[in-house]
Amino acid sequence: MNTKDVFREFAGGVRAMAPLIVAVMPIGLVFGAVAASKGLSSLEVTLMSAVVFAGGSQFVAMDIWTHPASWGALGFSALLVNIRHVLMSASIGAKMPAFSGPAKYAAMLLLADEIWAMAESRATYARLSAAWYAGLAVPFYFVWVLTSLAGSIVGAFLGDPKAMGLDFAFPAVFVVLVMGFWKGRETGVVLAASAAAAVLTHQLLPGVWYIAAGAAAGVVAALVTDQRQEARA
Amino acid sequence: MTLDPNAALAILAMAAATVLTRIGGLVLIRFVAIGPQQRRALEAIPPAVLMAVIAPTALVTGPAETLAALATALAATRLPLLAAVAAGVFVVAVARAVIGA
Repeated sequence: MNTKDVFREFAGGVRAMAPLIVAVMPIGLVFGAVAASKGLSSLEVTLMSAVVFAGGSQFVAMDIWTHPASWGALGFSALLVNIRHVLMSASIGAKMPAFSGPAKYAAMLLLADEIWAMAESRATYARLSAAWYAGLAVPFYFVWVLTSLAGSIVGAFLGDPKAMGLDFAFPAVFVVLVMGFWKGRETGVVLAASAAAAVLTHQLLPGVWYIAAGAAAGVVAALVTDQRQEARA
Repeated sequence: MTLDPNAALAILAMAAATVLTRIGGLVLIRFVAIGPQQRRALEAIPPAVLMAVIAPTALVTGPAETLAALATALAATRLPLLAAVAAGVFVVAVARAVIGA
C-alpha cells in the first residue's frame, strides 16, 4: 500500500466514523462533568479517559468512586464491565490478516464498542486495513479525551443531554449495526437469545452482567442451532 | 490540577484491567484452533454483543425508547447510518416530550 492509498483508507475510516465522533462529544462532556462533581480534578479526568478509554466502565467507576479511591474495587469493576472486550477482540482479531503483529495489538488498545462495531461492519464487505481502522480509532480517541477534559471544566454549565434525546444516539447506532449483521433466521435466534438473557439479567443483577449474559446466550444459541442442523443433515 | 495518589492508582488499575480484556481475545484466538464450530461462535459474537448492549434500553427502559428503537430499525432498512440515527434521536426526544418521561 503506498502513501496515497494509506491516506485514502484513513480518510475512509474517518468518514465512516464521523457520525459517531459527533455523537460521542456530548457523552464525553457529560462524563467530565459527572467526574468533576465526584471530586476528580481535570487532570484525573483526562488521565482516566486517556488510559482507560472505555466509557461504560468510566461511568460505572463514577458510581462507585470513593475518597480515597479504592483501586481494587475500581479495577475489578472495570474488568467486569469490559469483559465483553475479550469476545470483541477475538472476533475482530480474526478479521485482521492485513495487520502486522504489533499493529494488531496496538489496534486492540483502542478497541471501544463503537470502533469495534464499525470495524466489524467494514469487514463484512471489504478487507479491513490498519489505516482504515486508525481512521476510526484515532480521532474518536482524541475527541473522547478532549471532551472529557472540557466537561470537567465547564460541567456545571451543561444542560441535560436527555432532553434533546442525545443519550439515545449510541443505542440508535447499535440498532442500525445489528440490522447490518442480519443473515437470516439463524441471526434471529442469536438476537432473540441475547435479548432475552440480557433483559432478564438486567432485571435481576446490578451492574453490567447483562452484557456478558446476553453475549454468552447468543453464542450458545448459535452453537445449539448449528448442532441441530448437523443432526438433521 | 492535582493528581491524588489513590486516584492515580485506581485509574491505572482500571486501565490495566481494560487492557487485559482488550488483548485477551487476541491471545485466545492464537491458542484456540479455529474450526467450523469456533468460526460459528465467532460469527455470532458481533450481533450477540450488540443486542445485549441495547436490549435493556430498547425493551425495558420505557415506551419512548422502545418506540425509538423500532423507528431506528425501520429507518435502517432504507436510510444510511446517520439519517437512521437522527431519526431515532428525533423520535425519542419527541416521544419523551409527549409522554412526559
